[in-house]
Amino acid sequence: MYTILEKRRLAHGIQEYTVEAPLVARAAKAGQFVVIRLHQRGERIPITLADWDPDRGTITLVVQAVGKTTVELEECFQEGDALADVVGPLGEPSEIEDYGRVVCVAGGVGIAPIHPVARALKEAGNEVICIAGARNQGLLFWLDRLSQVCHELIVTTDDGSYGRKGLVTEPLKELVGAGRVDRVWAIGPAVMMKFCSLVCQEAGVPIIVSLNPIMVDGTGMCGACRVEVDGQVRFGCVDGPEFPGDKVNWDLLIARLSAFKEEERCALERYRELLKEATA
Amino acid sequence: MIRKTQVPMREQDPRERIHNFQEVPYGYTPEEAIQEAKRCLQCKNAPCIGGCPVEIDIPRFIAHLAEGDFRGAIRVIKESNNLPAICGRVCPQETQCEGVCTLGKKFEPVAIGRLERFVADWERERGVELPPVGEPTGFRVAVVGSGPAGLACAVDLRRFGHAVTMFEALHEPGGVLMYGIPEFRLPKDIVRAEIATLQEMGVELVTNAVVGKTFTVDELLADGYQAVFVGTGAGLPRFLGVPGESLIGVYSANEFLTRVNLMRAYRFPEYDTPIRVGRRVAVVGGGNVAMDAARTALRLGAEEVLVLYRRTEAEMPARREEIRHAREEGVVFHFLVSPVRFLGERGELAGVECIRMELGAPDESGRRRPVPIEGSEFVITIETAVIAIGNQPHPLVPRTTPGLSVTRWGTIQADEEGATSREGVFAGGDIVTGAATVISAMGAGKKAARAIDRYLRERVASRA
Repeated sequence: MYTILEKRRLAHGIQEYTVEAPLVARAAKAGQFVVIRLHQRGERIPITLADWDPDRGTITLVVQAVGKTTVELEECFQEGDALADVVGPLGEPSEIEDYGRVVCVAGGVGIAPIHPVARALKEAGNEVICIAGARNQGLLFWLDRLSQVCHELIVTTDDGSYGRKGLVTEPLKELVGAGRVDRVWAIGPAVMMKFCSLVCQEAGVPIIVSLNPIMVDGTGMCGACRVEVDGQVRFGCVDGPEFPGDKVNWDLLIARLSAFKEEERCALERYRELLKEATA
Repeated sequence: MIRKTQVPMREQDPRERIHNFQEVPYGYTPEEAIQEAKRCLQCKNAPCIGGCPVEIDIPRFIAHLAEGDFRGAIRVIKESNNLPAICGRVCPQETQCEGVCTLGKKFEPVAIGRLERFVADWERERGVELPPVGEPTGFRVAVVGSGPAGLACAVDLRRFGHAVTMFEALHEPGGVLMYGIPEFRLPKDIVRAEIATLQEMGVELVTNAVVGKTFTVDELLADGYQAVFVGTGAGLPRFLGVPGESLIGVYSANEFLTRVNLMRAYRFPEYDTPIRVGRRVAVVGGGNVAMDAARTALRLGAEEVLVLYRRTEAEMPARREEIRHAREEGVVFHFLVSPVRFLGERGELAGVECIRMELGAPDESGRRRPVPIEGSEFVITIETAVIAIGNQPHPLVPRTTPGLSVTRWGTIQADEEGATSREGVFAGGDIVTGAATVISAMGAGKKAARAIDRYLRERVASRA
């Protein structure tokens, strides 16, 4: 049973779930993800692990409510409820070694999955600088947790309501421009990862990104998650989710993310209507 | 006087069935089944038995059936095959038992598949007799993958008395029987019933367990399983490798069928998984999967469905019945054509450029190799494409099991009985042979079960 043991609101539309999944917790490594399904009529969606506790047999997922499934998770699943399915850990783990000085960039809800990566990099002996950005202060979370797994934390908001005003790419540009950055990790919206990759490419610094294509099974079977990396078709689920950012065909990835836009809108609308009827 | 033709099986009208996902054939009535069974010559040499990958004693089950003894008939089948309701529906009988039927030399062969299906359905409606489970041996076997190979292996291991745990990566067991073969060809309730029977026999089932990720084969061996059977299948989709294949609207057959079959996208938005199908759909390939995808596209509302196949109808690997069904439903076949690139408009599929082919000298499969005719390119307007040109073996177990030998095609190296290069690790089905049939995978699972039983009793027991 994949019971939700704890549910905590982190920011507007962002929840943290501690879920019972002992087999996943035992095997999990930084950079990996799980596929979850809410109920018997649910779809399978991938979520990158934010944390795990093998002793307690739990995993931590941080989920932003954006579509029907994630909205339903936020509104209808409380502590004590169980998810129908949790499978993982899937994907290849991050390639953690002592690179020297590493910058970890997180955009929005990407703060959660960058956390275990930064922690592993720090444990491996790297000097780790984290940059965390969000649209405004209300969308920031886990800054305390993040500061514990890095040597320096830079925070940005688009509107300047917290930390530095501007986008994450600005401090990133300064850091890689000043030299002495051996590697960059970026996790966040595709557009943010694309621009981080451009910054790093110009500066000649290797960058790793964690891609979030549409998936069905998550085990290499369906090919829905195919992405183009260095001109080659790769599967996000089994070859990734992490790839060198400067080699990713971003426009293709971004286009494919909208493959079911119309259906996603329709599903969310229908869910809202049904919910309204049920509570009326 | 023997009937020259098979007793026909009633089917849903093509004009109606393209609007639903219910099974196409209705199956024989008892009278029809008996009438068809009486066509069997009961020949002494019984070539049909040799034509069956699991060697069902076909004349004997048909003899019971001809006398109206349905229970006797199903008992004979189940001596060799625990999943007859599935095999009766999906086996390529024309190249197996029916292909060598003596009657078939002059007339239509006995409809063995339909008869198998009839007795299996008859039994399911009246209560399935559980196969006897052997005295507990104290040995534990892990079966990795719950498709045809794993299911067949698990049943026989229980018959031998071993404790069996079956691991499945997806949320529902059944493998290709659940995610691949559509409801209108193999109702999922039948697969669920077969799996329920397995569980009643004491097979423990663990879903959401990706062996190679959640745990490895070596961890299973260290965790108290004395043997492991790997039946992880050929689940990795193959693409054409032509430009434009990542446009929105181009699906692998696996994605297309998994969305519809496993995830029930045909009932979106009642079910959460979406699927999009345009007015004009092209399916690339000529096997059963291509037929399944084409017929599924029609049922999802496509106005026109084309099958693009690079050889001719004679070389199509699909079952004859599937081709006939597809044609009756209005699927249009284009032979000797092959896509060279997909064309897009604003990131979405708008057409496919194809080249005409001609058949050249035979290749290693014995079929004449298709050769492109230079300058014969032409464009077809389509909104959806489904690539059904085959699958590759799943690499997860080979990649994470040190010492497990694989071939250059990525299949696991195993002998006739499924023994691999690793002691205690057996394999069978598509992961060994590459993409093949449900029944050959079941046959491999059964053989491996016998080999595992012998291994446990001889090798492991003598060590204790």
